[in-house]
Amino acid sequence: MTASTGSDRKPPQIAMRPAEPADLLLRSARLLDPRARIDGFHDVLVRSGEIAEIAAPDSIDAAADVETIDAAGLTVFPAFVDPHVHLRTPGREDEEDLDSGTRAAAAGGFCCVLAMPNTDPPVDNASVLRSLFERARLEARVPVGFLAAASRGLAGGALTEMAELVDEGAAGFTDDGVPIANAGLLRQALQYQRLSGGVLALHEEDPSLSKNGVMHEGPISTLLGLAGIPSISESTMIERDAAIALYEGGRCHMLHLSSAESVAAVERARGAGAKVTAEVTPHHLTLTDEAVRSLDSRFKMNPPLRGESDRDALIAGLRSGVIGCIATDHAPHSREEKEVPFEQAPMGVTGLETAFSALYTDLVLPGIIELDLLVERMTAGGTVFGMPVPTLATGLPANLCLVDLEATWKVGETGYESRSENSCFADRKLNGRVLMTVAAGTVAFRARTFAIKLADDPDRSSRRLAGSRQSS
Amino acid sequence: MRHLLSIADLTRGDIERITAVAESFAEVAERDIKKVPTLRGRTIVNLFYESSTRTSSSFELAAKRLSADVVNIKSDGSSVDKGESLKDTIATLSAYDPAAIVIRAPWAGAASFVARYSSASVVNAGDGKHEHPSQALLDVFTLKRRLRADSLDGVNIWIVGDVLHSRVARSNVLAFTRMGADVTVCGPPTLIPQDAASLGCRIAYDLDSIREADVIYALRMQNERMDNTLVPSLREYVSRYQIDGRRLEPRQLLMHPGPVNRGVELAAEVIDSPQSLIVDQVASGLVVRMAILYELLSAGTGGNVRIAPPTPTEKQPA
Repeated sequence: MTASTGSDRKPPQIAMRPAEPADLLLRSARLLDPRARIDGFHDVLVRSGEIAEIAAPDSIDAAADVETIDAAGLTVFPAFVDPHVHLRTPGREDEEDLDSGTRAAAAGGFCCVLAMPNTDPPVDNASVLRSLFERARLEARVPVGFLAAASRGLAGGALTEMAELVDEGAAGFTDDGVPIANAGLLRQALQYQRLSGGVLALHEEDPSLSKNGVMHEGPISTLLGLAGIPSISESTMIERDAAIALYEGGRCHMLHLSSAESVAAVERARGAGAKVTAEVTPHHLTLTDEAVRSLDSRFKMNPPLRGESDRDALIAGLRSGVIGCIATDHAPHSREEKEVPFEQAPMGVTGLETAFSALYTDLVLPGIIELDLLVERMTAGGTVFGMPVPTLATGLPANLCLVDLEATWKVGETGYESRSENSCFADRKLNGRVLMTVAAGTVAFRARTFAIKLADDPDRSSRRLAGSRQSS
Repeated sequence: MRHLLSIADLTRGDIERITAVAESFAEVAERDIKKVPTLRGRTIVNLFYESSTRTSSSFELAAKRLSADVVNIKSDGSSVDKGESLKDTIATLSAYDPAAIVIRAPWAGAASFVARYSSASVVNAGDGKHEHPSQALLDVFTLKRRLRADSLDGVNIWIVGDVLHSRVARSNVLAFTRMGADVTVCGPPTLIPQDAASLGCRIAYDLDSIREADVIYALRMQNERMDNTLVPSLREYVSRYQIDGRRLEPRQLLMHPGPVNRGVELAAEVIDSPQSLIVDQVASGLVVRMAILYELLSAGTGGNVRIAPPTPTEKQPA
């Protein structure tokens, strides 16, 4: 057996700006951590950024320097991990930077994100990667890791210096945004992976089939006269690449599955023994190409929103574990780029701030999936790249989010933490709101409306105002 | 009706109403004085991002026959040419407070985009490969007149050619089927969209059964499509799909949205034949576009209708 990749190597590097470790007492919250088999009411004490104690509700006495939050009626999850975001740095800091992107992540309950390398310049050499880690240490509100390009300049011609990039902390390799069309190059990358490690994350799309398509090929693309991207442009590439991965014994992760055929292809590949994992986005789980009828460019992304049967297959794949994690593919675009006719608009939607709420509203509340499955799949993103899973257990750094499952909110009504506002859920009323996120032991996010709401709502304020900060 | 963005938005009743109004404008067109005061004092902007002869000229003339003030903007030589975004162009034109904006653009969804950012009524004069609703309405009108019928119930229509890239085909399948016709689209399989049957038509890949058609609607074959391997050669296309004197029966009618590639989709002898409605289509274009502007700006409550425009008679300085 060749040296395998992933979890038996040291985990990829992550970085964030220094922040004060949290001292928090979340009183009488419902704790839900499916992996730790926790689902019940507890007090959680965080001291110096570590989970110090999990005990019966109302049983922990807080020291004076601990901020106490009355979390009765609220829910604590292990914080989420997003293995697929675009933070547009370097090059398009007008759309997102490490500060705004990680603020958006924290606002969505994420304690860690992995950024994609299709920047300008792309992250295809160690010096760009080092400079990103430096900026992350100055700006990032939650830990951020970086995937490096699989091919130089994302051009699909020659491999990057994969071994050096892993030494510098790259989480894995991807040409995301474009596929690795050349099968021979993918094979070489998988061979070289035996030396370098680093999972290959693949954007699966056969450009000779997707051509100049702008939406899912089907009855709606026919009606709208828009060039279609057929499902087979994705699934045939998955079949091809899984076969190559199996042959080379390499490790691949299939990014943003969108079609029923793709789920079946991943399932077959895993059945055959290929070391292949897969992810799915919140928008592919909740929306279909019906949304494109509006010709609103906020529903334009790649891979495109597909049909209802595809959405059903993605949900089934998420349940069965063929799809192991949820990733947002958070893709900020500037207003001037998106405010154009559908056909001209760039592909991509933001997703960090709405991921949990959208999935809770559209999948959990109607009873399509269970809440614990959602939490499990939203926390699993890092495992693909050999990173630890956030867990609610004493002695571990606090990575948790406090959520009001009863709250409803309108997406965008108080703006976005992200610099961009191309959300496909804009103006939707969603259930479940993240109120606070603790990432790597620090408070990375507090809902701005948190305190205002307390004052407005006498029923709740009596409970919640008990949570007052006692230290400076 | 507020906007005319697509036939997909229209009911059979909408189509019947517009063609009925066109019928009355057709009578006006036979008068010596062809102008009516319906839209006096209103401004109509024709914004054309693609070249067009018959559509732009007939919208311009339609607006003038209705006494509107008309501004024609073509992308060539305008600020569009200097990289101004469509959104900014619309904001600029909105300063003239137009009652309607007629837009043609190479991007699907351009018209609905304008409707989102402007308070004017918007007429889609062709958006990418999406729709060309005024063409479909004038074709329905032309056919009804020729058939002396109130509807197209049971009329068998074949639309032949490059259906995939044709906004005319999309709008016409929808309009003809809404009016009761039985529609078949026919062309090389590579030029028929996936799931075309979902539009409510049948699909044929050859002309073997074209004799069943009452009306043959030929589409323009764009020569540029020949480069990208969608059909093996123009020669093969012509031999399989050209409508010529052999294929067109005396009882069948022939239509084409123009401009015709003589010798490609149509042979010269059929273009000039008595069955050809091609010239009638152009004439109908004017009155149907008048009817469209009337429908959006004068009928019902749609549009920025101003009941009593206080337009003082212009006084010459004494």
